[in-house]
Amino acid sequence: MKNLLNALIIIFFTVLGLVLIWVILESPPPTRIRLSEEVLAQLDASGVTHPVTAVLLNFRGYDTLLEVMVLLLALLGVLAQIGKRKQKTMPAGFRLSRPHLQVLLWLVRVLVPLMVLVAGYLLWVGGHQPGGAFQAGAVLAAAGVLLNLSGLLPSWTEPEWNLRTGLVSGLLFFLLIAAAVMMATWPGLLLQYPFALAGMSILLIETGLTLSLGLILAGLFLFLPGDAIEDEAEK
Amino acid sequence: MSSLVLDLLLAIALLWSALRSLMAPDLFHAVILFIVFGLLMALVWVRLHALDIALAEAAIGAGLTGALLLDTVGYLRKKQRKSLS
Repeated sequence: MKNLLNALIIIFFTVLGLVLIWVILESPPPTRIRLSEEVLAQLDASGVTHPVTAVLLNFRGYDTLLEVMVLLLALLGVLAQIGKRKQKTMPAGFRLSRPHLQVLLWLVRVLVPLMVLVAGYLLWVGGHQPGGAFQAGAVLAAAGVLLNLSGLLPSWTEPEWNLRTGLVSGLLFFLLIAAAVMMATWPGLLLQYPFALAGMSILLIETGLTLSLGLILAGLFLFLPGDAIEDEAEK
Repeated sequence: MSSLVLDLLLAIALLWSALRSLMAPDLFHAVILFIVFGLLMALVWVRLHALDIALAEAAIGAGLTGALLLDTVGYLRKKQRKSLS
């Protein structure tokens, strides 16, 4: 009976998916909405040459601001799960004494500086090619996760003031630039960059966001209890 | 013509890895297939000319979420071993 129900559900959703595909293929293309042309028409005024970055950081900059707040809230959700754990210090020679981790250590020592370089490049190139702050922050977070998995960076316990500053600084910097722009052209609209400074302010905001997002996304992994590593260290 | 074949293969591989990931009895297999799904999804975003999303999907979907899920599987296995012994 249960198998029959499962089969019916699978058939139903397959048919639904096929019907949706058919409807999308058959419907006439929208005639009144020309978003890509409008974005390309205003691209010179935005300060960057890549349309996606222009939309994310200039035309819809408010959404990006709120998205960083949402990521910070997600990290707060993770922080609510950890108790007041004392940081267990791992013996320094522990990781180096196990031969099958030598390759991992060597690889991490080669890869992590390259990942930092790639993150910096993605941040810079976001102005005129696909890239940008979120991608660069994700690469930095992946570098942090790699460092943690190889034992070179211990898991984070309750954050100290420097980590807290780093986590919040991107958002605060964004708000600072938004406030400065509003006050310089009082009464200005929110996040309406002055025309000549638009490119520079976007780059500055993206730099702050990269550092902050790298810490936030790495924190999603690093704040969780590293039980496996700690128990291995105890053996 | 070749791009159509590539797109079709990508779509089939995407659906297949998603199906196998949901049906895998071992959690570790399911997580590995989830990472594979994430990487295939990144290729699909490239085919849809959304390169920013492809970069983000590869880094976050396959990298961060995959690492988180693998950590969880390890933790669950440890708990299982402790409760059995």
